[in-house]
Amino acid sequence: MIIRPYGDTLDDGSVQLSFTLPVPDGPKGREAARQFTEKLGFSHVDIVHSTPLSDGFSMYVAYGKTATGIDYDTIHVEDATGEKVYTMEEADAAVREHFGRKLVVVGACTGFDAHTVGIDAIMNMKGYNHHFGLERYAGLETYNLGAQVPNDKLIDYALKVNADAILVSQIVTQKDVHIQNLTELIELLQARNLRERFVVCAGGTRIGNKLAVELGFDAGFGKGSYAEHVATFIIDKLIERKQTH
Amino acid sequence: METKLGLSEERIQKARELAARIVEPVMAFVAEHTSVTVERATLRLAGADGADADGVPVPNLVVDQCKGLLENGALIYYVNALVRTGETVQGLNRLIAGGLNVASLPLGDRAALEAKARTLVEAFAARVKANRGHRDAKLEAYKGRNHSPLLYVIVATGNIYEDRKQAVAAAEQGADVIAVIRTTAQSLLDYVPYGPTTEGFGGTYATQENFRIMREALDEVVDRQGRYILLTNYCSGLCMPEIAAMGALERLDMMLNDSMYGILFRDINMYRTFVDQKFSRMINAYAGIIINTGEDNYLTTSDAVEKAYTVLASQFLNERFAYAAGLPARLMGLGHAFEMDPTLKNGFLLELAQAQMAREIFPEAPLKYMPPTKFMTGDIFKGLAMNSMFNFVSKLTGQGIHLLGMLTEAIHTPFMMDRFLALDNAKHVMNTMEGLADEIEFKRDGVIATRARKVLEETVEFLESIDRIGLMPAIAQGHFADIKRPADLGKGLDGLQKKGPDYFNPFEAYLKNELNLAD
Repeated sequence: MIIRPYGDTLDDGSVQLSFTLPVPDGPKGREAARQFTEKLGFSHVDIVHSTPLSDGFSMYVAYGKTATGIDYDTIHVEDATGEKVYTMEEADAAVREHFGRKLVVVGACTGFDAHTVGIDAIMNMKGYNHHFGLERYAGLETYNLGAQVPNDKLIDYALKVNADAILVSQIVTQKDVHIQNLTELIELLQARNLRERFVVCAGGTRIGNKLAVELGFDAGFGKGSYAEHVATFIIDKLIERKQTH
Repeated sequence: METKLGLSEERIQKARELAARIVEPVMAFVAEHTSVTVERATLRLAGADGADADGVPVPNLVVDQCKGLLENGALIYYVNALVRTGETVQGLNRLIAGGLNVASLPLGDRAALEAKARTLVEAFAARVKANRGHRDAKLEAYKGRNHSPLLYVIVATGNIYEDRKQAVAAAEQGADVIAVIRTTAQSLLDYVPYGPTTEGFGGTYATQENFRIMREALDEVVDRQGRYILLTNYCSGLCMPEIAAMGALERLDMMLNDSMYGILFRDINMYRTFVDQKFSRMINAYAGIIINTGEDNYLTTSDAVEKAYTVLASQFLNERFAYAAGLPARLMGLGHAFEMDPTLKNGFLLELAQAQMAREIFPEAPLKYMPPTKFMTGDIFKGLAMNSMFNFVSKLTGQGIHLLGMLTEAIHTPFMMDRFLALDNAKHVMNTMEGLADEIEFKRDGVIATRARKVLEETVEFLESIDRIGLMPAIAQGHFADIKRPADLGKGLDGLQKKGPDYFNPFEAYLKNELNLAD
């Protein structure tokens, strides 16, 4: 099935865009914006709004139609968790059934990243958006180390508390600092021969499962992830490891 | 100010008394101590600047040379070196950067050193007074041209020259306050880098040269626009007083400067933080710099409805710490935030109650109001709507400093158009409802007034419990922001120093005298 953006009629291909150009506002700027939008492949381009941002910058709102379509049937996504996501109660029951002890989870915001909002959303008792955090799970023993934790300290701590899983949150992505930081964690684990010792997950607004797996993590959790997604993955992964060993 | 909430004066007074009692023993500790960054800040006020070939700043070189002697203060050795070498301050800075060890020179006649130090204090005082005079003159000349509340935006490219472009654009679009957010690592550096910088993560290094570059660029806008533009930076972390010193010298107008933020949210040692915040606030007070406190941070880790009293309690404590450092109420940008869950029924009424309550309890303070961040998502359309409601509450309750929410808050550092849309939204909302506050009263037993009374009552109870435990043990036990910070842990403790009987710091003495602070 070929699909296109839907404005008000099937297959009209209508798209709205907004952007800034480094030129003054005016007829020439608007024409530049129109031609730019056409070059993106849009037809019926309409610059519906323009406004100066400063002497040399202007903002545009554009509409256009596209003939480009996508074959929906060929789309394939890889999320860390499949269709089945445990509720908190189901997760706790699965831990009881398969392990007979609490699973230990250590989380941190690593490197120089001071933004704990992600790791807190996943780990703190209260959780986020009415999804309880891992701290509240009876089957989990959790340690949230907070912000700006060096990678080696995180590993040391995980060893100290005999962790099953390590969670790393990275919010700051400017100049790809998160990539370097996440790569360093995996390299340190490998250097210390500990990579297989833990389930290692990354999370953050700009981190998807695909990226995290490419970097050597077991899974990645981006926008829209809650504690139950992380718990489901950790539990299933550990069950899988138990069964293969 | 007319009260719309019917808050009990007696309970407000009670909270202030408790805050004073809680802060007093901390200030007794502070009076007996200095720290490496207090000493480096003092050196900076005296003119120490520059860096050696490895980039180690001259103030750090001097303080490192004074290892084991720091109970006397570092300044005496710097002044002694000035007298011994006969150099100017700039000349001596070059010699130190080249390897001169000021602590290795035998100390000369004390009276001569004191006389020399006096000239340095006079030069500092003249420069900062001129800065204050310049600011006051511009504010007077362009009176009534700033927005109320002041519209505050952040630039954060990592490159000071790129920041400059964005700051000028934002000022031209109507921003009253420009903050250059710092690179994420800087709060944990125990030195302030030297010179202009073009690399940073999530922000730009605070350096004295970067301050100067931005000040110069904004001053051009000031006269072009006929509106004073306030420049803000972050006086927090391990170099709190040094940033204050640089800000005083380069005419910054606001500083993020909280009494406990570093302890709780950056794991900086509490003794070190309490010592550093006092000296930094004395400098800010003398330079006429408005501090912004960080109560909004409590709400990023705790729930804004349940833990609203921790915000008010922290405001009372920050106020008390600020008075103890000579800051008048008009320079206290006490913080709070619009961070309640947007799906909560009547959440807007609770936000309104909190903001109005802060306004009535701290009538002279230019309250710093922070926008929604925690519940911002990639839904930029909803984000813009949430920011509109935040703008509405801010105007209705007469906040002083309004940090604009960005519709792309949860996505990336703001695009130029994001900042424009935020300014445009705020100006739209605030203009269209300009006189609404005068038209509105709240029902005495309505949701809003009842909520404010409840939060005040919970605050008094919370402060009573802190008073029983003591502030430092309370922090150690996790009574603030659910974070435990033991007194003997955290970064920077090794930089703390008990003052000796010969401790010499004429800058501190001068500031105390000017600010009418007791010894």
